[in-house]
Parts: sequence; C-alpha cells; structure tokens
Amino acid sequence: MAEKRIRVLVAKPGLDGHDRGAKVVARALRDAGFEVIYTGLRQTPEQIVEAALQEDVNVVALSLLSGAHNTLFPKIVDMLHEKGMNDVLVIGGGVIPDADIPGLEKAGIAAVFTPGTPTSDVVDFIKKNVK
Amino acid sequence: MANDSLKNKLAEYEAVCEKTIAKFPERKNLAHKRLYTPLDLEGFDYEKDLGFPGEYPYTRGVQPTMYRSRFWTMRMYAGFSTAEESNKRYRYLIESGATGLSCAFDLPTQIGYDSDDAMAEGEVGKVGVAIDSLADMEILFKGIDLGKVSTSMTINAPASILLAMYIAVGEKQGVPSTELRGTIQNDILKEYAARGTYIFPPKPSMRLITNIFEYCSQNVPKWNTISISGYHIREAGSTAAQEIAFTIADGIAYVEAALKAGLDVDTFAGRLSFFWNAHNNVLEEVAKFRASRRLWANIMKDRFGAKNPKSMKLRFHTQTAGSMLTAQQVDNNIVRVALQTAAAVMGGTQSLHTNSRDEALALPTEASVQVALRTQQIVAYESGLADVVDPLGGSYYVEAMTNALYDEAMTYIKKIDEMGGAVEAIEKGYIQKEIQDSAYKWQMEVESGLRTIVGVNKFQVEEPPVKGLLKIDNSVGVKQAKKTQEVRANRDQAAVDAALKALKAGAQDENVNLMPLILDAVRTYATLGEICNVLREVFGEYKAHSTL
Repeated sequence: MAEKRIRVLVAKPGLDGHDRGAKVVARALRDAGFEVIYTGLRQTPEQIVEAALQEDVNVVALSLLSGAHNTLFPKIVDMLHEKGMNDVLVIGGGVIPDADIPGLEKAGIAAVFTPGTPTSDVVDFIKKNVK
Repeated sequence: MANDSLKNKLAEYEAVCEKTIAKFPERKNLAHKRLYTPLDLEGFDYEKDLGFPGEYPYTRGVQPTMYRSRFWTMRMYAGFSTAEESNKRYRYLIESGATGLSCAFDLPTQIGYDSDDAMAEGEVGKVGVAIDSLADMEILFKGIDLGKVSTSMTINAPASILLAMYIAVGEKQGVPSTELRGTIQNDILKEYAARGTYIFPPKPSMRLITNIFEYCSQNVPKWNTISISGYHIREAGSTAAQEIAFTIADGIAYVEAALKAGLDVDTFAGRLSFFWNAHNNVLEEVAKFRASRRLWANIMKDRFGAKNPKSMKLRFHTQTAGSMLTAQQVDNNIVRVALQTAAAVMGGTQSLHTNSRDEALALPTEASVQVALRTQQIVAYESGLADVVDPLGGSYYVEAMTNALYDEAMTYIKKIDEMGGAVEAIEKGYIQKEIQDSAYKWQMEVESGLRTIVGVNKFQVEEPPVKGLLKIDNSVGVKQAKKTQEVRANRDQAAVDAALKALKAGAQDENVNLMPLILDAVRTYATLGEICNVLREVFGEYKAHSTL
C-alpha cells in the first residue's frame, strides 16, 4: 500500500508581499514529494485555519517578513487548536530575529527557519516531525 | 585581414587555457566567457551605440557631466513606528549628510488601511511609518522645509493620497506645489507581479496613475510621477535581463495608458523615472544600467515618437540588493553593499539607497545606517569611481554584455507585446512564473554548491545571535490607533462626508481626474482608509491568482 502523501499548506499571514521564500519552499516541498497548497498573499489567521481544515493538511508552513510574526503566528496556532487540529505541525520562516524564536516555539511553532536555510532542512524537519 | 589574425591568436590563447582550466572544473561553467576581445564587438558603432553622455541614446549617462558636477543623491530609505519617531530619523539623516529623503510606509498604509482597522493587526509601524491622515503627515515633515528637500515616497496603490497629503503639508508650510520636488513610486504593475501591495484591479489603477501624470504636469511639474521599478522584480528572483525586460514592459504599458487617456507623450514622459536593483555581479550590473538607458531611449523615440530629449532619458534611483544580504556573519554585508554601490555608481545612477548590514535580521539600527551612508560617501569622495563619466565604456566585456542584455530584454519585450502587453502578461501569470523559475534555479544552485554565498554555504562559522537589533513593539499600533480616533473626533465631519461623496461621484465617472478630489478630501482630514474604502466600493479589489 502506498504511503499517504504528506499535505502541506504554505501560507502568507499578514500584509507583506514578499513571497519569494514561500514560493521557493513550496516548490522544494513539492519536488520532495509532498502535496503542497499555497494560499497566496495577505491571508488572515481565520482564512489560513479554514484552508488548513478544508485541505486536511498535516503541516502548516507560515512565511512572514514584516515583523508581525509575534502577533500572528501564535494566533494561528491557537485557532488551529480551537478547531481541534492539534496534530498539525506548524512551522514558520522569514526575517525573524533569534530573540523571538524561543517565544514562538513556546507558542507552538515547532521550528522557525531563518534566511540562508537550505530547503532540504525544511524537508528533513517535516519528515521527522510530522504526525 | 586583421580579424583573421585576431581569430588565430584567440584560438592559440584558448588552447593554452584549456590545459590549465581542466584542473579547475568548478571555474569552468560560469555564465560569461573567459575573455572578451574586439571580436565580441563586431559592428560596434561608437556614435550610434554609445554617443556622448547626455546625448541620445544615453548609454553613457543622462547628463553630460555626471558626477563631475554633483554626485548622485544619497537617499536613505527610512521610516518606522510613528510619524514622530520617523521624523527624528529623517532629521538625523539630513544632519548626517543625506541629500534626499525616502519614506518607508508601513504595510497598512501601503494597502490602504487605517491603523485601527482589523487588517492592520500586528503590522502598524513595523516596516515603515504609519500614516493615517494629514495630521500624521504634518508631524512626519515637522521642521523639514519641503521647498528645500526632495522626498521619495515608496507608495503605490494609494500614491495619489500620499502625494495629496504632501502637497497639503507644503501648503501649510507656504511652499507652492510647483516648487515641490520628489518621487512617488506609483508603479502598480510590479505590485501585481512581484511586490504585493496592490488594492484595486489593473484598469482603475492605471486610471489613477494617468490622473497623476496629468495633474502633476500642470500643478507639480518638478515631481517624478512614477518610479518604474525593477528593484522588486529582481528581489523576487529575476535575472538581470528579466529585470530590465519586465520593467521596461511596465513602462511601455504606462506610456500607452497615458496616450490612450489623450495625453501628449512629451507632456508627461520627462517625469517618468526608474528604480533598479544593484545586485552582486558588479560588471553585469553596470552593463544592465547602460543597456536599460539605451533600450528606453530607443523605445521612446522610435515606438512612441517622443521629440523632447527629456522623454527619452532613463533617470533612475538604485537600491542595493536586500535579498543578497545574509543573516550569517552580518558584517560581510558591508562589503557586499560597497561592491553594489560601486556598480550603481559606475552605471551612472541618479540616486542611491545603500542597505545596512543588519537588514537580513530586522530594520536597521542608526549605527548600521550610518555605515551604509558612509559607504556611499567613501565611494563618492575617496574611490575615484565617480571621477570619470561611464568609466567602463569601451571595455570589450562590458560593451558585449550591454549588447547581450539589451537583446535578451528586447526578446522578452517582443514576447510580452505579442501577449497583449504587460497587463495581460501579468494577468496570465507569465511574468510571475518567469521570475519564480529564476528564483528557484538560484536557490537550487546555492543548495547544490554550484553558487557560493560566503558564510551561507561556504566559509561558515558558529556565531552568537546578533545583539542590539531594532525592535518595534505592538504598543505603537495601540498609540497610533488612538491618535487616529482623536483626529476623527475633532475634525469637521460634514466637510469630510461632502469630500468623500464628491470623490465617489468622481470615481464613478471615468473622465474625471481624481487628484483634485483626493486633495480636497485629504485637506478635511479624511483618513487614508476612508478614502481607499470609497475607491474600493467603486473600483473593487484585485484578486491575485497565485502560481507555483
């Protein structure tokens, strides 16, 4: 029996339009054999959680470069939990200062990938940690 | 024949090289040839291809004297938090020798939301200054004489509103709009293709842009009405040739829209300006700047029949490549920025922003900004690079590269023309897809080690987290929202309502120029969000379709 493919929602919360990273990661994940859905820009936490639910994903990968991560990332995790999606692996990436990472991890972001990370690290992390 | 002799000698040289090259396979497959000779410039015609600086086709520069009269404008992009905080930074920059201002607005401002809008949550004051109404704009430029400074504003979808606020601040300072100098980015097409701060669909957006062209030609004649931007296209991952091609294709679309609106080309084309990236490959970048000047001059003259030389000159601002900064070993970024600065200067830029060392991590600190500005000053005063006009003109390599980039860009432009122009090509997702393919290719080259990024995939070190980064906390959003609510409570609401009603009626009639109506609304302290909401009601919002 073929193993069920890992489904990933790559999402852009907040208002920033920098999606080079999100798109490169999305493509690399797809090339690694995952099913990838990309939300496009300017998604509210509500829209992202709704998409995660609709698409029945295993992973939500958030990309944000505007500095609003401390507000929006934890909010999305909380809303996923409210909808009973406790098993979804939530990861984040973007221009995120090291000092903010422990707080985000505590809020339920499993890993934060910062500039310079090879896409293969993201692939490996998902494979190891997805539930 | 002289060429035959040269060809023979070149063949001998290649044979000598082959033996050595075999030992260095990693240096073998670079994009460019090993050596350039006169054979690469067959048919080269100095007067036709280059001419003199300040002379068609402007390959060597748009002014006769270039930096032998005045240097480029050292214009540092800045803005964060509240208008009060940003005003302090602007004054600091002016005291440090910056010769122009460049305003960064936060994302809610760029997308037409007031700071107390639910959509603005977490974003207020983060990537730029929050401007909700004329009250904020008055604080932003407090103590700065708008008659003396030139101000560039990175604002696109709501460009007419910010320009109107600037004009209104000028009025309060006693500076007539005819004396105001500066630039609005106002380039919506690259927002759809690469940068993402669009609001309205293409058609009404193009109308807002042509309204600005027309209004400024009569009322703000020293203003650059658009900054047609390749910068963000390159940041999104394009190649140098794609940067030129997609940007010039956007430029063609703006000119066509203005002609269609009944404007004469020479009334507005002289105020069109451009914005390029200064990327890592120094000589390719110099060739890019030269090729883009020649290309625009040819297009304006031959395709659009411009008669005024000003309409043919591609004047441009440059910013060093933010996407090339590394979060690793951040001091290395100072060196990258210095090289990029050298490229921009040898390429003849009219103004320059240099990025700071810490910008892959956060907004820059004041100390980092100072090093970035000093980099420009060192290049200007100490390096000698600014002492000769177009110093690389005549280099076999740079001339061959200039020709190659011109041709490659032209091929793309023809293809975009066949698709119906830049608007069509963007709506079909063609331009986005081309950029994404290049971005992915670059990333895979880095990951495979084919492309080396120092400190990232080679020469790495263990290092502690960088300390002392600039942090904007969320109290800024609360403070700003409160301020705007006070403005709303203390203004003449009847005047606001009347102005917004008039704007709505104007928006519904395609033949009305919206600039005077927006200016009237701004003067009543109608907020940016309120004005954009009126326009959203009439124009609708753009829905992007995302390609992977």
